[in-house]
Amino acid sequence: MTASGLFQIALYFLVLLALTKPLGLYMNRVFQGERTFMHRLLRPFEVAIYKLCGIDERAEQHWTRYAGGILLFSVATLLVTYAFQRLQQWLPLNPQGLGPISPDSSFNTAMSFTTNTNWQSYVPETTMSYLTQMAGLATHNFFSAAVGLAAGIAVIRGFARHSVKTVGNFGVDLTRSLVYVLLPISILGALVLVSQGVIQNLAPYTKIATLEGATQTIAHGPTASQEVIKMLGINGGGFFNANSAHPYENPTPLSNFLQMVLIFVIPAGLTYTFGKMVRDTRQGWAIFAAMSILFLAGVFVTYPAEQGGNPNLSKLGIESAPTASQPGGNLEGKEVRFGIANSALFAVITTDASCGAVNSMHDSFTPLGGMIPLLNIQLGEIIFGGVGSGLYGMLLFAVLSVFIAGLMVGRTPEYLCKKIEQKEVKMAMLSVLVAALSILGFSAFGSVAHFPKDSYINPPGPTTANLSNNGPHGLSQVLYAYSSGTGNNGSAFAGINANTPFFNTTIGLAMFAGRFLMMIPLLAMAGSQAAKKRIPVSAGTFPTHSPLFVALLVGVVLIVGALTYFPALSLGPIVEHYLMHDGKLFSLLLNPGVVWG
Amino acid sequence: MPVATEQQPIAEDVTLIPKKALRARPLFDPPIVKRALGDSFRKLAPRLMLNNPVMFVVEVGAVITSVLFARDLALAAPIAGFTFQITLWLWFTVLFANFAEAMAEGRGKAQADALRKTKTETTARRVMGGRMETVAATQLRSGDIVIIEQGEIIPGDGDVIEGIASVDESAITGESAPVIRESGGDRSAVTGGTRVLSDWIRVKITSNPGETFLDRMIALVEGAQRQKTPNEIALNIVIAGLTLIFLFAVVTLQPFAAYSVASSGSGAVPSVTVLISLLVCLIPTTIGGLLSAIGIAGMDRVMQHNVLAMSGKAVEAAGDVNTLLLDKTGTITLGNRQAVEFIPLAHVEEHELADAAQLSSLADETPEGRSIVVLAKQKFNIRGREVMEHEARFIPFTAQTRMSGVDLDGRRIRKGATESVAQFVHEHGGAVPPELVGITDRISRSGGTPLVVADRGRALGVVHLKDVVKGGMRERFHQLRAMGIRTIMITGDNPLTAAAIAAEAGVDDFLAQATPKDKMDLIKREQAGGRLVAMTGDGTNDAPALAQADVGLAMNTGTMAAKEAGNMVDLDSNPTKLIEVVAIGKQLLMTRGALTTFSIANDVAKYFAILPAMFTATYPALATLNIMGLRTPQSAVLASVIFNALIIIALVPLALRGVKYRPTSAAAMLRRNLLIYGLGGVIAPFPGIWLIDRLLGLLNLA
Repeated sequence: MTASGLFQIALYFLVLLALTKPLGLYMNRVFQGERTFMHRLLRPFEVAIYKLCGIDERAEQHWTRYAGGILLFSVATLLVTYAFQRLQQWLPLNPQGLGPISPDSSFNTAMSFTTNTNWQSYVPETTMSYLTQMAGLATHNFFSAAVGLAAGIAVIRGFARHSVKTVGNFGVDLTRSLVYVLLPISILGALVLVSQGVIQNLAPYTKIATLEGATQTIAHGPTASQEVIKMLGINGGGFFNANSAHPYENPTPLSNFLQMVLIFVIPAGLTYTFGKMVRDTRQGWAIFAAMSILFLAGVFVTYPAEQGGNPNLSKLGIESAPTASQPGGNLEGKEVRFGIANSALFAVITTDASCGAVNSMHDSFTPLGGMIPLLNIQLGEIIFGGVGSGLYGMLLFAVLSVFIAGLMVGRTPEYLCKKIEQKEVKMAMLSVLVAALSILGFSAFGSVAHFPKDSYINPPGPTTANLSNNGPHGLSQVLYAYSSGTGNNGSAFAGINANTPFFNTTIGLAMFAGRFLMMIPLLAMAGSQAAKKRIPVSAGTFPTHSPLFVALLVGVVLIVGALTYFPALSLGPIVEHYLMHDGKLFSLLLNPGVVWG
Repeated sequence: MPVATEQQPIAEDVTLIPKKALRARPLFDPPIVKRALGDSFRKLAPRLMLNNPVMFVVEVGAVITSVLFARDLALAAPIAGFTFQITLWLWFTVLFANFAEAMAEGRGKAQADALRKTKTETTARRVMGGRMETVAATQLRSGDIVIIEQGEIIPGDGDVIEGIASVDESAITGESAPVIRESGGDRSAVTGGTRVLSDWIRVKITSNPGETFLDRMIALVEGAQRQKTPNEIALNIVIAGLTLIFLFAVVTLQPFAAYSVASSGSGAVPSVTVLISLLVCLIPTTIGGLLSAIGIAGMDRVMQHNVLAMSGKAVEAAGDVNTLLLDKTGTITLGNRQAVEFIPLAHVEEHELADAAQLSSLADETPEGRSIVVLAKQKFNIRGREVMEHEARFIPFTAQTRMSGVDLDGRRIRKGATESVAQFVHEHGGAVPPELVGITDRISRSGGTPLVVADRGRALGVVHLKDVVKGGMRERFHQLRAMGIRTIMITGDNPLTAAAIAAEAGVDDFLAQATPKDKMDLIKREQAGGRLVAMTGDGTNDAPALAQADVGLAMNTGTMAAKEAGNMVDLDSNPTKLIEVVAIGKQLLMTRGALTTFSIANDVAKYFAILPAMFTATYPALATLNIMGLRTPQSAVLASVIFNALIIIALVPLALRGVKYRPTSAAAMLRRNLLIYGLGGVIAPFPGIWLIDRLLGLLNLA
């Protein structure tokens, strides 16, 4: 690790810390319906939307209606996106005359953008028309983030309220998420990104002649405006295939820094909003602290692993220590302008959150360096996590921690002055179970499934033929694909050809399970909590704002996560790590005719 | 200086649960162990096992490995020895869990058997339309009138409607001293199976056959109608959920292994026996096996304190209690006022006052009177005198005169309420000096009762009678406060007196001049604030409040209505015991939490034992994970399974006794228990598994 690398990581964390409270306060006011400094400017838009959609601003909803609203909204937008893809050949804004997209890929992509995953099993430039991209996909970047934020706020209300039946109004929360939070920050952020050189144009592609005399087409387009919401909404679907590694998306170290801040800023701010709404900011900081510890722990495994590089190269006499003229370590798949520290940091952030944007190729990381992004996703993307979903995911673990350890103080466990009983525990376990079943079940099937060659469902035949590597690394690729889908992350280990009906369908289902079968139980828990009576705090109350609780929460997240995924990981990245040190590496299986997505 | 009371010295290490349990049996009573061993096998029936999802999974695993063993045996496979040992230990795991539950139940069953013996066939003399008939006790119906005479057994539960008798209730309470039962008031309830020692009573039966107190008591201690408590159900959901997660992890490991073996071209996919072993080691068998034992043992601990809890839910609720309502008399104070000081008027010697007060109290059998005699002896060594030689005439206390005293040798000594004695003094031509009023006011303000003493027309002084707070109560309330429990004293005294006693006893609040309605309102107010309330009561007018409270501890001496309304009955009728019940409730929940944490924390070590054992053949590099240096893969798997089984048996005493419990704040308790059961749970299996691995090597078993 280098001093400059450590300094940049420290600076990043401090900036995040500084932004947490102001944004948290702002979101608290927005979602409590109080006046903010943006009120005069944005209130008319808000009111107009309510009028247009027939939303009664003061009407409150039971959690079932709230969840129903989320499902209805999501299914409707999902179907529209599916239709755009299937019918794009007859729709306008298709100058390339691109044909309809296959049913399985359309399903996968529609699900992917609806669930805030942004997993892309296709090559955008050659498959999607402009209309599909803009109206079908780009809108989801805002919508899916707003749905997550609304759900997060509803869950917080459940914990904050008492003796009531309602958790808020989905239409109102959705509108406020868009109007007051996502749009203003996106507009401002886009301008800053443009100042750094992120392109923003509607001009046709540029054709140039290379030095060798060949012709190259350079793609561009309205990038900056999409780039901001890709990060802020923790979507991750890039304008270009190379995502944030592409110089037009992420040209400078400063733009890179800003992008990393944009990923974490809403989830971090939400911890403060949470504290504010439950009227005890210490509770919010405790959640923030637990997330920070897990985040920094991840950074300080990945960064040294990447900086350490591949020992086999050192054995060949190749210098891998950083010097004044070269960064050392494992620079494969990383952009030189970001270096090792910022690539490792970005990888940890994008997988802690459910972003999935990448500025380096995770597939090229060292085994341990690549295991952390995978594990981050498997832990449930609760380390700051997705917009809204990160917070409620962490609250789920807080409830489990309180239940398991809280009994040890000799009282029925309580969290935030309300009892944790059957219903809460049932919903928490359901969420954990769904995630484990989806990741492990699909991965297990996906790693051994055997289809006839050239079959419709999986043309390469055995699913192992879809992998670019054999051995443990291949297993990591499968695990990563389903973890990324279930976790609604969307980043890929980039070594698996996932655009077959088999993978499109199963990963699509994993994304659905990971989004809605997590969100709905949490809303149910919120509904149950909102209805409960408050128990006054006393010396007999389990303290959930103390360093001890933070340590307990971190322990429970790690133990539950590690116990569930350790067997699978031990056959993937862990054994690969030891094998690497024994000098055994796994070569790329060159399989012509397969596009590595 | 207060007179000596039944104050117990408070030891350094104060625990709220006294060491002395009233019906204590040794933890491993041989007859109970013997019965539990048999029950362990009977409980293997799948229908019963289904109640416990974790152990059911283990049993299914054991059945599968049994079949595999039979196959290995038939094929004479060399692996048969290993399969046999795994199978054996899996069955042991199930049996150990069953044994724990049977042990917990056994203690109750033994008690139920003892109770059944008292349920001998009795006959009753029933009064029907003016004539008497003899019928079997089992034919009595609610509403029947029976007559019971000296030496007879009371045939059923009921209320005394006529007469008074001393009754031996030892069959129910274990207490051999007889109690008085009489018609009217709060001492009218009699229990079937108890014996009338003297006199006769006419009783109106209040229960039908099979529904008597004794029947219910037998059913309760036996656990026949045991239902899972809400918290137990919630915990069951968590451990069943964890079991499912580990089932996913292990089942999917097979395809992952198949991929790895195919990809690396070496090793073999782990056998079903090994996968089942891994599963059993990972699922929370420790808490799964001990969960029901912990609950039953908690109920049993309450029973050992001679408290009959109507449901496990009540015991659990006791742990959650935020507010304790305690009656002043009998709970916080000794119940009787005691003389603590002689305050003579000017020109009167304290000795003279003490002497007069003692003389007037010699024949006074009230506790107050006796305490004056005791105080006089302590302070001035004034002994009891043979007053009969002096032709003494004792004047007993009446509600009209409001004083008592003695006439002897021409003296007329009176003691009593200020106004009454002042009038007596006036009648004898004397006058009460103004300083007397000052003294009596001061005593009243401090929560005491002034007793003025006079001899004819001469006022002598005042005896300070005081409500004496029971020894150790202050410390107990302090401990309760540390645990976040508020105590509220309920008293019929005026607010001034109540405040003084409340301050002395160290309670958090008091309710003075309390009527049953006030009490009810207080409970409702507390509950509306989200607090759980516990209270004791014995009178019929306590019944609504007992029913409203979350924990209502009725006194066995109380009325049937009170006993029906509460969810616990204290057979010793000691209201202070409410504090112990709260402690037991807390201990029950803590034991569950501790063993759950321990069980989950144990898994870390088991991974380090089993995973390298499974996969070193495929990936030799994974041997690095074998940090315990276990000898062979088979030995590693076997050692883990054996450790997993033995830890259940090792923790049976803890499950039955409950974890050590000190009354401290939640934060301190959490820190301590997390360290012991969380961190301890992570570390303990490493040396344990290593040791078993070495032993297996020594014995040449694997």
